[in-house]
This record gives sequence, structure tokens and C-alpha cells, in this order.
Amino acid sequence: MNTQASKKSNVSKWLVDNVIYVVLILLVVGIVIASPDFLSMTNLINILSQSSSRIIIALGVAGILITAGTDLSAGRMVGLAAVISASLLQATDYAYKMYPNLPDLPLFVPILVAMAATGLIATLNGIVVSKLHVPPFIATLGMMIGVYGLTSIYFDRPPYGAQPIGGLSEKFTNFAQRGIPVGSYEIPYLVIYAIITTVIIWVIWNKTQLGKNMYAIGGNPEAAKVSGVNVARNIIIIYMIAGLLYGFSGTLEAGRVGSATNNTGNMYELDAIAACVVGGVSLSGGIGTVPGVVTGVLIFQIINYGLAFLGVSPYIQYIVKGLIIVVAVAFDMRKHAKKK
Amino acid sequence: MSEASTTNLLEMQNITKRFPGVIALNNVSLKVKAGSVHALMGENGAGKSTLMKCLFGIYSMDEGKILFEGKEVAFTNSKQALENGVSMVHQELNQVRQQNVMDNIWLGRYPKKSIFIDEKKMYQDTVAIFKSLDINVDPRSKVSTLSVSEMQMVEIAKAVSYGSKIIVMDEPTSSLTENEVDHLFKIIRRLQSENVAIIYISHKMEEILKISDEVTIMRDGQYIATKSSNELTTDEIIKLMVGRDLSQRFPAKVNKPEDIILKVSDLTAETQPSFSNVNFELRKGEILGIAGLVGSKRTEVVEALFGIRALKSGTIELNGKVIKNHSPQQAIKNGFALVTEERRSTGIFPDLSVSFNSIISNMKQYKTKSGFLSNRKVADDTQWVIESMQVKTPSQKTLIGSLSGGNQQKVIIGRWLLTTPDILLLDEPTRGIDVGAKFEIYQLINQLAADGKGIIMISSEMPELLGVTDRILVMSNGRAAGIVETRETSQEEIMRLAALY
Repeated sequence: MNTQASKKSNVSKWLVDNVIYVVLILLVVGIVIASPDFLSMTNLINILSQSSSRIIIALGVAGILITAGTDLSAGRMVGLAAVISASLLQATDYAYKMYPNLPDLPLFVPILVAMAATGLIATLNGIVVSKLHVPPFIATLGMMIGVYGLTSIYFDRPPYGAQPIGGLSEKFTNFAQRGIPVGSYEIPYLVIYAIITTVIIWVIWNKTQLGKNMYAIGGNPEAAKVSGVNVARNIIIIYMIAGLLYGFSGTLEAGRVGSATNNTGNMYELDAIAACVVGGVSLSGGIGTVPGVVTGVLIFQIINYGLAFLGVSPYIQYIVKGLIIVVAVAFDMRKHAKKK
Repeated sequence: MSEASTTNLLEMQNITKRFPGVIALNNVSLKVKAGSVHALMGENGAGKSTLMKCLFGIYSMDEGKILFEGKEVAFTNSKQALENGVSMVHQELNQVRQQNVMDNIWLGRYPKKSIFIDEKKMYQDTVAIFKSLDINVDPRSKVSTLSVSEMQMVEIAKAVSYGSKIIVMDEPTSSLTENEVDHLFKIIRRLQSENVAIIYISHKMEEILKISDEVTIMRDGQYIATKSSNELTTDEIIKLMVGRDLSQRFPAKVNKPEDIILKVSDLTAETQPSFSNVNFELRKGEILGIAGLVGSKRTEVVEALFGIRALKSGTIELNGKVIKNHSPQQAIKNGFALVTEERRSTGIFPDLSVSFNSIISNMKQYKTKSGFLSNRKVADDTQWVIESMQVKTPSQKTLIGSLSGGNQQKVIIGRWLLTTPDILLLDEPTRGIDVGAKFEIYQLINQLAADGKGIIMISSEMPELLGVTDRILVMSNGRAAGIVETRETSQEEIMRLAALY
């Protein structure tokens, strides 16, 4: 009787502790039951490919969340990077070039320029948060609005005004749209970029001093300080890394879509934050894992893709997504809740 | 080496620290020998923590100097002290609970192999330290899964890993079981044998006499004496700690206890360590004091009565009927009111008006038929609070944060009286209030009791308990050590009871 009760509580404890994976499995099972065709290599590759740039953004946001910060400017930085990289990588023979006399640049130059721009802006976020002690929500809210202005000024100017920056050079679109052929399928480069980024971030979080400090700062800033951690510097670096990731993701986004506007990346930060919290990252800091974040992004992408695959109305998809965010976090809070 | 036991490792000489209006430390000295356990004793508020904060540079002292290993030092923060061999194991342990044990120990100075953390070395070093201290904790377990005693041992290990020559332990045994205390003492002995000195802050007489070599006693911010512990007895320590006359004035008592209104039996908290098996009765018109040292769980008992803390067992009888207070709402409905200990964090809404602060617990009474609040009723009740509590405020609209502590407290007591409670729970009602205002609060408490309220009052100030209450429940380490008649007791007796468990 007793052992049975404890067994039961063990199972329910496991369910509560691993709720996101349970949700993920249930989702897939549900969709497959509704439409067995869902289980195909093509669908899998599509989902992974769509998730890739979002995973990169979410990993940047997650690091900031773990320091007990937040970043509302992520999406707008993605937009800035997309616009910058697209403007520098238009095909030489394209009629509406932003810089008509620009030679054919090697691919890495625009990527680095875009990443430098967002890296710089994010560093500024970090400085405002850690040195001026502006609450991260406010600091990055201001930055979100400001960056949109900056992107728009860069984007909307004579002679062509506010029209999408298109006509991207083939090497750029190939970089983001093609893949490595494996048998009759093609593994998109995007997925490979996301995997490489995920591995790098996992190493930083788990194997370096910066990573440990990040958890410590979010978990107990006072303890970190008295143990000699330079809290401000570590926070600034975490924001900067996030900025670099947004920049990279923004160039991929431009290449994937084949054009960019000042609205590229709009609201991506909210998707990223939602994916993080569903993936078990605590908004109060100190808690979060790389696999959790990746799973969080995948859950949203599977909902998007799977429900669309079933032909469910996009409006219902919004309701499902909203529910999942709240339910997942409610379970997560139960995990950490303590009775007084 | 041989002179280690005679030279002073740490000397704090003639330390004076003033806060606006108060002298927190007045010419205090402390001399600690290498390899010794030096107990620092005194009542709550005697200045022990202030002295330690001066040592770690958290407070800057106004006068005096600190010698460490014969050289004058002035640490500006605890990190600097730590790096120079002076560390502290806090009462509230300063750890990153989400990370594992070894991450916590090496935080801020992880061993590295090129740019990566050398987990293997970190693990081995941690194991080595744990072994040398006879600590049995897995370095890879998460701190949040450890018991308080294990967390404390991790903290001690961290201090040792910094090569500390002196470790300050602030109430290290306050939440430990007997076995855990024995283990702690074993560790202390081992540290001692390696010539590490311990400053041991505690209230527990028996422990102090068992573990310490010397005892320094403080009272009211003053240095009283330093004695070798084999010359001391519990009674002598108490005398030295208390030795003060009741010079404070208290209003004449006007209340008369009548019939029993509240009977508490066998009260035990759900989450332990906390209080257990607490019994007492409260009469109508009586003021029952609760005495006890920091960590004796006085606040927890009152919070349980008010429905904030969950109970494992025990009953609360109000006027002969068993009641359940599972939430503050229920408690308020049953006629309880609680004035909390932390006025700033859980009492006042500092940026809102006196009026708002007066009526917030009694909102329902002001609703009109239309569902809106009646301005007239609100103003009337606010005026009642201001007048009957004699709150000194320019107007009802004044922000409460701009009033003095005493006047804020009067508003809060008034707030609760508006709910017409039968039982008023006061947790440190005069903390942070100047002497004149204290007298007014005492008068108020007296008057309320005379009007037939049952009052339970927690206080850390012994004279206050002796001057205001009718009976005193003394808590010791989560248990009721005894209930004494205020007229017949003494500070010495209360102290003895407070240190019983």
C-alpha cells in the first residue's frame, strides 16, 4: 500500500519534472493519430529547418534570462541584421541595388558587419542593465523601439524608399536555402548552423567560467559578488553573445526569405522568450538548459507546422500556443513551489 | 608555532560605531588567539553583528583599529576579507541553490584547463577538503537538495578552501539537530588542530561552555568582559549579559485578565525545523508576551495562528470552539489581527497615503450599495485611526512613508483595530521606534487590553516584556520552554528558559 503510494507519487513527480518532454511527445502522438502521413522525412526536415534560426535567437535570449534579465530588443536586432546583410549582398546585376557601386563581397563580410552591429547594440543593453541598473525589461524595451527607428532609417531612404531589399546574390541564398544531399533528401545548411551554434552555446554554458558565472549571477547575485565574480562584466558579455547570435540569425533569415524589410524579425523576441519558458528556463534566473531551450523551440514549431498540416485554422493555433505557454509554466512553478 | 596560543591572531581595538541617534558600538575590543574558539555573546541587539560587520568592512567604523596577524587591516568588503584569510559562515547561507556543491565552493576562482573549467580537478580538490574535514556530501549534488547542516558544512569547507585563518560562525547550530551539532563540533576541533581560530556567535550557553576556549560578552553596544570559559558558568554568563536595571519607564497597568478566550494545544508546524508541541492559553484583557532568542521560532508561532504557516497538528480553540485558520482571510474573519515584525516590507504601503494605509484591511465596510467605496466612511475611519491612535500626521493624504516609525506603527495598529479583532498579535511592535513613541505604543497596548482584547506580543526587548505583559511564554529552539508570571519572574529566569533547548 505504502510502496504503491510512493510509486504513484514518483510517477507524478517525474511527469511534473519533465512536463515539456511529455507535452512534446503528446503533441506528436496526437498529430500522428490525426494524420499518420505526418511522420515523414520531408516534414521532419521542414520543421528542423524552420526551427533553426529561432533556436539561435532563443539560445541568446535564454542566456540573458538565466542572468535574471530579459531582452525585448532581440527581434528588432534580427531585423537590423537582416537589412544590413541583405543590402550588402544584392546581386551585382540587380536593378534596384541599395549600393549600386558595391562590388561582389565575400559572404563573411556582410555576416560579420551585421553581427558586429547587433553585438554592439546588445553590449550597450548589457552596460545599461549592469552599470546603470536599469531594469532589463525597460532597458531592452527602449532598445527595441530605438533599434526599429535605426533599422527604418537605414532601410527607408532614396532612391528606392521603403521596399523590400531583394535580388540577393545567389551565393547568399544558397548559403541559407540549400543543404547537403543525403540519399534522396537534403539536410539544410540552416540545420547544420543551428546544431553548431547549439553545441558552442552548450560548451559555453557548461564548460566555461562564463557559463558557471551566468548561472551563479542569476541564482544568487549576492553570493556571486562576495565570491569575487565580476557581475557587471559577465552580464555584459552574456548580452553581447546574445547580440552576436541575433546578428547571425538575422542574416540567415534574410537569406532564407530572399529579402528583408524593417519589419523582419518583428516579435521574434516574444516567441523566443515563450520557447525558453516552456523549455524550463526560469524568468527569475539561475535555471535553464540548452536541451530545454531547443525542445521549447521545437514544440512551438511542431505546433505551427503540425496544426497547419492538419489544416487547423491559424486562429486556433494561437489559442493552443497560448495555452501551452501558461500550462507549461504553471507546472514548472509547481516544481519549484515551496510551502511555507 | 608554540607561541600561537599566546599571541593574538585578531585584535579589534576600541571599536566605536555610531548610527544617527544611536551608538551601536561603544569602545568595544575583541582579542582572538590563533587556534582557539572564541565565543561572542550578548542579547539580541547587543552589537555582536555590528562588530562583525565592522570586521568585514560592511560597516565602516568611526573609531578604533583592527590588527590581523599583527598588521593593521581595514577590509572594504567580505571578498577582500576572504582573500586575506578571514571568512564568515552566515546564518542565512549565501549560496547559489540551483548549482551544485563544488560549483559553489569554487565560484569566482574555478580551476581551468585553457579556457575550459577543469571539472576533474575541481571534483578532486573538493573531495580532498571534504575528506580532511570529515564531511560526507557528494560534491556533484545540487545545493538545494542538501539539508541546512550540509549546506553549512559546504560553507565551512569553502572557507577552508580559501585558506582561512579565522572563521566567524554566526548562530551555526540554530537549525541543527543534536547529531549534526556533534559533527559540527568535530569539524571545529579539527580546524582548531590546524591552528584556525573560530569566532563563535551563539546564544546557547551549554554549547558555548562545551566548545569555546574564551568568551567575550557584550551588552547594549558595550564590551563587558572576556573570560576563559572554564571560569564561567551559565548563571554567570547570563548575569553578565543581562546586568541592567529597568530604567525604562512603562505606563501603569490598567488591564485585568478575565476568562480564557484562546486555547492553543500541541501546535506543530508542517515544515520542520520550526516550532513543535506549543501549548498556551490567552485570556480576555490579557497581554501575553512571547520571549525567545533569534531563531526560537516565535514569529512562526504567531504566523501559524494567523494562517500564514501550515500546521501539521494541533488545535486552536476560540471561546471554546475549535477553529481553523488556514489563511489570513479566515483568521481575520475569526477575529485575529497581526501586526507584522517587518513594518517596512510587510506592514506599510510607503508610497500611499495614511488614509489608504488605515483602511486597507477593512475595505468591505466602505462599500456602498452601488459597489463603490464611500469617501465619507473612509474619511471617518481614517480620522478615527488618527485620533484614537494619536497619529501625528499633517493630513489624511500624507504619504505614510514620510511619517516617523512610531506613527507608522500606530497607523498599522489602528488599521487592524478597524477590523474589530478579539485577538491582536503584535510581532516586535516597538522595533525601530524611538523611546518617546515606544511609551505611547505601550499605553495603547495597555488600553486595548483594558478594553477586553486578548493581546499576544513578541518582543526581543526583555525590559519591554517585563514592563508591559501579564504573562510571558518563553520559546527555546522551537519549543515552549515555559510560561512565567511577569510579576514573579526575572530577566535571568527568562534567559535561562530561552537557552533551555
